[in-house]
Amino acid sequence: MKSFAPVLAVVSAIFVIWYGMAVVLNSTWAYDKAKRADVTLSFSEMVADTMVQKKPLLPAPHQVAAEIYKTTVLKKITSKRSLIWHGWITLSATLLGFAMGTGFGILLAVGIVHSRAMDMSVMPWVITSQTIPILAVAPMIIVVLNAVGISGLLPKAFISMYLSFFPVVVGMVKGLRSPDHMQMDQMRTWNALKPTMFWKLRLPSSMPYLFPSLKIAMAASLVGAIVGELPTGAVAGLGARLLAGSYYGQTIQIWSALISAAILAAALVALIGLLQNITLKRMGMLR
Amino acid sequence: MNKEVIIETKGLDLTFETNDGPVHALKDINLTIEKGDFVSFIGPSGCGKTTLLRVMADLEQPTGGTCTVNGVSPHEARMNRAYGYVFQAAGLYPWRTIGGNIKLPLEIMGYSKAEQAERVSKVLELVELDGFDKKFPWQLSGGMQQRASIARALAFDADILLMDEPFGALDEIVRDHLNEQLLALWARTHKTIGFVTHSIPEAVYLSTKIVVMSPRPGRIADVIESTLPIERPLEIRDSKEFIEIAHRVRDGLHEGHSNG
Repeated sequence: MKSFAPVLAVVSAIFVIWYGMAVVLNSTWAYDKAKRADVTLSFSEMVADTMVQKKPLLPAPHQVAAEIYKTTVLKKITSKRSLIWHGWITLSATLLGFAMGTGFGILLAVGIVHSRAMDMSVMPWVITSQTIPILAVAPMIIVVLNAVGISGLLPKAFISMYLSFFPVVVGMVKGLRSPDHMQMDQMRTWNALKPTMFWKLRLPSSMPYLFPSLKIAMAASLVGAIVGELPTGAVAGLGARLLAGSYYGQTIQIWSALISAAILAAALVALIGLLQNITLKRMGMLR
Repeated sequence: MNKEVIIETKGLDLTFETNDGPVHALKDINLTIEKGDFVSFIGPSGCGKTTLLRVMADLEQPTGGTCTVNGVSPHEARMNRAYGYVFQAAGLYPWRTIGGNIKLPLEIMGYSKAEQAERVSKVLELVELDGFDKKFPWQLSGGMQQRASIARALAFDADILLMDEPFGALDEIVRDHLNEQLLALWARTHKTIGFVTHSIPEAVYLSTKIVVMSPRPGRIADVIESTLPIERPLEIRDSKEFIEIAHRVRDGLHEGHSNG
């Protein structure tokens, strides 16, 4: 409850700035219209106009909220105009990519920790992979996979995985290496084998490192899924809504897709946070 | 007395290769530890006392000489789980309860669930921590954590207990108490104990044999067979005999230092 007030303060500040910017940015179009209609606008008339434009430069928050309400609650989920339908398309690719990325990331980390050769050879490539702009790679992945007959969910999930495995590798390598010399020696005095050390010591030790990585991976996954939807020609998904909106200058649609994506990301990250709390609590590591 | 030899080293040498050149950690260590002995290793930092203990535990490999534990190599002894090792820090897993921590070596060694539970309650009673098995390590004081760590080293049937400054991080009052408990425990279990310490009173109070070591290179300066009786109340530390032994330890330390 203590954190409620500061959060509220920031949110209201955002709304004030947003409304202010909407007035400033949309005023040009309001004055242009007035000039062509040969009327002069008072300040309050101008402000009123900036709040209700059809294709504003920056839609006001209530316009975005109304659009989101209209495209979620008022539309059937199966409708292609439903934001929930589009959101689900993106979410499914995000979750699949996240699962693949997490699995791949953990596997790589286990290999890197246990094999010096892998440590030396794989890690530089893992880092290099993230320096390549995904925006350039995404269309190629989509096109290539399409050429071999894979389309729909999997290519997008693949891009999500490409973005999300990285934080998991980095976090898990650090986590699996977190047991100190003494703990490893202790295991050796009991004549524990490597698999035992992994399951009983390394893996539990890595949990506090895993969850922050998963949060980043989840957010990156969503970005990956949205990016993966852009080159498909805007068929379905939040990315498609963004692209279609920009084709037709539907700024309200763009912003509502954007906000929905942000809400989705926040919800997913919060879900992992919850999972983290439950896990660490059960492990006795939350005091 | 013709007691069974448990640990024996002959001409033991160990040189670490470091970036600053070789470090002669142990030089010509000849030592015999017999069954039921309580042997303390005392000396200043860098005298190799911890290294010597680690050689016995197969955590370091000597570069010369021989070491046998229970008549076999330290490596075989480790494979046979011949010893329990207590480190400077308790090293309890924060995600396991005290009971869970003590079960850990038992799980690794494949004891049955019933046997695990039985042993946990037995050793917890031995270190006077009965009723704490469901607590997490952070809920215990430093001294209690170290006791739990000793209980863990006792949980499986190793006849040898190797302890590397187990009470080094604890305050003096707690330390006195734990020393008393350790003696009682030793009397009850008849284990052979190797004990590394910085403290002269601790070494004299606990040991049947005190190995005084000196640094650069780490070597044995003196081996003192204690003449103190097996029954040792804390007050024994004020006796003339105790003070004499302590004096001899101090002399050994001093001599080693001035030679080095």
